[in-house]
Amino acid sequence: MNQNLYRRRLLTNRIGIALSMMAMVLGLFVLLWILFVLFKNGFQALDWNMFFKSTPAPGSEGGGLANAIVGSLMMVGFATLVSTPIGILAGIYLAEFGDTSKTAEITRFMTDIMLSAPSIVLGLFVYAILVAQVKHFSGWAGTLALALIAIPVVLRTTENMLRLVPGSLREAAFALGAPRWKVTTMVTLRAAKSGVVTGVLLALARISGETAPLLFTALNNQFFTLDMGGPMANLPVVIFQFAMSPYDNWVRLAWGGALLITLTVLVLNILARVFFREKVSA
Amino acid sequence: MAKTQEQDPKIAIQIRNMNFFYGKFQGLKDINLDVMEHKVTAFIGPSGCGKSTLLRALNRMYSLYPGQRAEGEINFYGQNILEPKQDLNLLRARIGMVFQKPTPFPMSIYDNIAFGVRLYENLAKGEMDERVQWALTKTALWNEAKDKLNQSGLALSGGQQQRLCIARSVAVKPSVILLDEPTSALDPISTAKIEELVSELKSEYTVAIVTHNMQQAARVSDFTAYMYLGEMIEYGKTDQIFIKPQKQATEDYITGRFG
Repeated sequence: MNQNLYRRRLLTNRIGIALSMMAMVLGLFVLLWILFVLFKNGFQALDWNMFFKSTPAPGSEGGGLANAIVGSLMMVGFATLVSTPIGILAGIYLAEFGDTSKTAEITRFMTDIMLSAPSIVLGLFVYAILVAQVKHFSGWAGTLALALIAIPVVLRTTENMLRLVPGSLREAAFALGAPRWKVTTMVTLRAAKSGVVTGVLLALARISGETAPLLFTALNNQFFTLDMGGPMANLPVVIFQFAMSPYDNWVRLAWGGALLITLTVLVLNILARVFFREKVSA
Repeated sequence: MAKTQEQDPKIAIQIRNMNFFYGKFQGLKDINLDVMEHKVTAFIGPSGCGKSTLLRALNRMYSLYPGQRAEGEINFYGQNILEPKQDLNLLRARIGMVFQKPTPFPMSIYDNIAFGVRLYENLAKGEMDERVQWALTKTALWNEAKDKLNQSGLALSGGQQQRLCIARSVAVKPSVILLDEPTSALDPISTAKIEELVSELKSEYTVAIVTHNMQQAARVSDFTAYMYLGEMIEYGKTDQIFIKPQKQATEDYITGRFG
């Protein structure tokens, strides 16, 4: 055995591990720093008023984020309701029916573009086709912009998850004389269920923090409203406006909102992981 | 009308001048073969000889994949199933198939069996319960599975899963069951159970089995076809093929000189 060669490999190995550990520490440090600042400032703002009072007028004391929280929940909720069936059905088409057909190839290409398109472009698009036409901002316009962001995420995850289902499982179902739609709904989709749910949760996490598409569409609203037909308050835009304001209570609320969104995204991500783990262990 | 055992068995599937193509590549060349009713027919041969291809032609499984096609005739009780007008779902309900790896569906053991039955029969709850029990009993799985019918089929061991897959095929009451190397992923004890099962199945079903294992073919089958490079080299009664093959190539393979 060549002792020198072995020592050199041992050394290379140690250097490699040291470098990757340093990179890990650096990444983790920045992440923890962000979380630390967020939690420190966010928790100071956290109180019951935040959930029950609406955003304060300039110069007034106190106030909360109730209107923005409800607005965000409604727009994100409706966007999920719209994008989930479209994304899942299109994903099923790509994986099970279209496969390598021209239509499928084009759809896949467009989806990739949509996936990587800056969200501000999608916001601008909705502004041009909807807001500029009806001449007012609305919660529905915000919903549409968010749905446009979520659809390609759900679509692509669904397709990928269906492709992970082994062909032998499909063949086994076909071998019993099952028609294609039954094979897809009863067997393939069921086998990929947790993966598809994961995709929906990740899309949900993605759109809950989007600001740019809402700026041009839902805008903001100082008052509490459930009317999706008019401008609607939402957390990301409130954070954007309040964080840069000169009023202390506004800045405090911005931190509180940021913490709220982060916690929501955190919970969604943990849920997604739990669902995916179930799939792997099953 | 009842025929006695001594008479020649009826032909279930008659294959005539069948050629099979994967795109431009010819996978099977001029296959002629009769699969006898209520007998076990084994297809043996080295890897890539076309035995699985032949099996997958019998239920038109290949039709799932564009580019694969068969020419010639496969007459299933007189009807050529290679004709375009053949309804593939109905065909597959009558000619069941079990695969190399166990493929339980992601649902309960009960539903794994009920899934296929529900496709073509409308049974009341009680009748379905009976059918599930009947299929599981037939595949010697009832005692092991009766207390966990509502558990996932994935919770069973590999050998049990494979018997579940056979039960699933049996439950729809097909006339032919195709087995594509059903024991190659299993341990010896599970293999023995499945072989026992195959011998029992032939009283009610026609069975065709692809196997890598020559002893298995000798143990379970009544007829054996030896294939090589897409051609049918020799076909006959299993005893005859194993004890006194007509062709040198068959003898070489069977005695282990080749393959």
